[in-house]
Amino acid sequence: MENAKPVRTAEERSRAPLFHITKRLSIPKWEAWLIRFLSFLGALVLIALFAYLTFGINPLDLYKTMFKGAFLGKNYLIPTLKASAKLLCIAVALAPAFKMKFWNIGAEGQVLAGAMAAAFIMHEFPLLPNGLLLLIMCVAGIVAGGVWGFIPAAFKSRFGTNETLFTLMMNYIAAKIVDYFYNSWKGVKSALGMINGNMLQKATFEKGYLRYLWRDSASSAWYQSEDTWFIIIAASLAAAMYFYLKNTKQGYEIAVVGDSQATARYAGISVNRVVIRTMIISGALCGLCGFLTVSAQSHTVSSEIASGYGFTAIIVAWMSKFNTLVMAGVAVMLVALENGSQAVTNAFYATTGFPTSSASVISGIFLFVIIGSEFNINYKINFRRKTREEA
Amino acid sequence: MPENPAAVEFIKLTKYFGGMAANHNISFSIRRGEILSLLGENGSGKTTLMNMLAGIYFPDGGEIYVGGKKVSIKSPKDAFELGIGMIHQHFKLIDVFTAAENVALGAEGRLNLRQTKAKIEEICEKYGFELDPDQKVYDMSVSQKQTLEIIKLLYRRVEVLILDEPTAVLTPQETKSLFGVIRNMRDDGKSIIIITHKLKEVLEVSERVAILRKGEYIDTIETSRANELMLTEMMVGKKVTLNISRPVPENTAKLIEVRSLSVMGANSFKALDDISFDMYGGEVLGIAGISGSGQRELLEAIAGLNKTQPGSEINFYPGGETDKVKSLIGKSPKEIRELGITLSFVPEDRLGMGLVGSMGMPENMMLKTYNDNGGVFLNHKDPEKYAKQIKDTLNVATPSINTPVKTLSGGNIQKVLVGREISSAPSVLLTAYAVRGLDINTSYMIYDLINEQKKKGVAVAFVGEDLDVLLAISDRILVLCGGKSSGVVDARKATKEEIGLMMSAR
Repeated sequence: MENAKPVRTAEERSRAPLFHITKRLSIPKWEAWLIRFLSFLGALVLIALFAYLTFGINPLDLYKTMFKGAFLGKNYLIPTLKASAKLLCIAVALAPAFKMKFWNIGAEGQVLAGAMAAAFIMHEFPLLPNGLLLLIMCVAGIVAGGVWGFIPAAFKSRFGTNETLFTLMMNYIAAKIVDYFYNSWKGVKSALGMINGNMLQKATFEKGYLRYLWRDSASSAWYQSEDTWFIIIAASLAAAMYFYLKNTKQGYEIAVVGDSQATARYAGISVNRVVIRTMIISGALCGLCGFLTVSAQSHTVSSEIASGYGFTAIIVAWMSKFNTLVMAGVAVMLVALENGSQAVTNAFYATTGFPTSSASVISGIFLFVIIGSEFNINYKINFRRKTREEA
Repeated sequence: MPENPAAVEFIKLTKYFGGMAANHNISFSIRRGEILSLLGENGSGKTTLMNMLAGIYFPDGGEIYVGGKKVSIKSPKDAFELGIGMIHQHFKLIDVFTAAENVALGAEGRLNLRQTKAKIEEICEKYGFELDPDQKVYDMSVSQKQTLEIIKLLYRRVEVLILDEPTAVLTPQETKSLFGVIRNMRDDGKSIIIITHKLKEVLEVSERVAILRKGEYIDTIETSRANELMLTEMMVGKKVTLNISRPVPENTAKLIEVRSLSVMGANSFKALDDISFDMYGGEVLGIAGISGSGQRELLEAIAGLNKTQPGSEINFYPGGETDKVKSLIGKSPKEIRELGITLSFVPEDRLGMGLVGSMGMPENMMLKTYNDNGGVFLNHKDPEKYAKQIKDTLNVATPSINTPVKTLSGGNIQKVLVGREISSAPSVLLTAYAVRGLDINTSYMIYDLINEQKKKGVAVAFVGEDLDVLLAISDRILVLCGGKSSGVVDARKATKEEIGLMMSAR
């Protein structure tokens, strides 16, 4: 080995690397939660440093504002919960697909398809009784979402197409179709964008509103709030999906296909059938969410009404490891973070010049640390131990 | 400089995975110009130890000396610089490159294929290899690929070669020629470490053998003073008997008839070509062949998992009655079950095909039967009962029956799989590499279970890689070669050499 140039000195050669990473086989539950809790505190400290060092904001004020903006009082708590419900609904819809390792990135499009179908019915049949109209809208939304889920699944089964790209592209198709119906269909005046927007058409106004299902009463009983219904429906969906995945044969088949398609075939499960069926369910639930958004939130349709939650829901699904009950907590956390940091920038912009984009910085730091804590739960970093006889 | 330092010396080398010590305080040395076998059961830490020498893992404690100097090997590149190279069980070659291109890849200096080729030919001549530098890897047989891997190391002037289970994929004849070149390399002053669990090979090729058990170093002994039983006892840690029983078949009746079976492989060549044979109840039919000769496709075709070509016939005779023939061609595993045929299959890929790794024992018990009762809900109770039964009767070591089976050791995974397949009271039992990677005690337990089924009148197919085992347990042996049948031999009369020739006949 004469001609091999010594790249490092002998001393360097004999020294261990600064650190190396090993995978943990298991970790006690309490230790995992301790790591999560410490990470949470760590995130708070980092955000405090950021806010204090850049704009001199008192961290205590910051966190007070943040908490208030997310949770305190009817004006903040209900919007947070409602947005969480929408996010949860989509995440629950993704759960069976992801459990099957079918990477459905198309929730946004499936929600839009459902919303579009519901809005279309609302626009075309304003004279139906509200109850019947809502029912048809709901079915239409579910069917449209289901079709949007079926198409990529069918192509995957038949031709082996990549579901990630396919579902992603389906989002843009849905968005452009909605754009067309919103802007141009039947001319500007009667396009879908005008649903319930024309105050003069008294007869059609407020048709297809979920809250008017229990009509004519000025009192605001809890069941007359569409916010309540949105939240109740999303929570029940999460519970039902948890049961479906755990205790039904179809749920079992989904888990087997997700673990190994060869095992599924070995067991006599028709993989294609399960994939298509599950994607129809996934798409249909997204479609249901689209219907809810139209009838209980926006009362109109546009390519913006999914508000990007189709993508945020992917984070929710992953962070909760596809457990739909955990998803509820994660969804609330993400929305509270978003609303809270928004409140912070609103409150401090005028006094300190804290820019709006710092809301993203705050939620970015938070998510980075929280997700990073999962790394520490799964892996261990071993630092070089000091050896006395080094030389 | 000390006199003639060892090529490699380990001092108290330790490596933890999670909280488990995969290697604990291992100290021994490898001399220059010797062939050393590293012997141990699966999970004893052989590969972990060698991976630390080859720079794949970094030790948690202890020291490595190479040529008398303390070293720290942080990457395979460091290992190469120290003259250490490892050939893994799964070859690391680029399929679409030629032999010479693979050798040049990652080597130091400018790319000069002509020089590389000349050097390869020089190496071949020196040690007695046969290799065409211009051949593409995808055209090579397994043994040629292995040769190429060895040449790759020699080209980089490696002085210490580590071979991980080098004979697992070779015929007896190929093994012989491999041992020939290994001896030539030793005579040239190189140190060769062979990781293995095959005792006969240890005794045949190596001068010394180092034994590991459960991550601990046991001893190094001269092979001239060792024998199989003694090595086994050191490896297992207690007395064992090495006899596989072979009950005489009784009341044999033809249960499965395979005629001109052909199956297409991945690249539109025939993975199976015109195979015909019979399986009898109460008999073990061994299936021999170099790995990848069509064994997997054969079992999967019978089990209804592989599409057969037109003209193929697979017939099942319930209870051996020839007038009640049922064809299995074109039937899915589910349809075969619905015909009332209990066909059990222990596939080669235990976690990838036989079991659901992320699930516990009960969910794995119901894999084939979950849909037998009506309704939409799962029945969790009966599978739990079966799981407990199998855990008790087969001594499955698991913290709880609900622990995901992928976290169990290889032997326990196989117990769960075999246990489930046997508990369905099959009439046909297909097994592929049933004891691969298992420790000796579990292997013998599996042999016993197979013989038990045989005595019950089950037709057993046993695909194996160890010819000694195949010859000991089978009644007849079907030999496959490149997807074609080389014939069926009587296992009581055939010899290893005879079967080896049939495996490689062209």
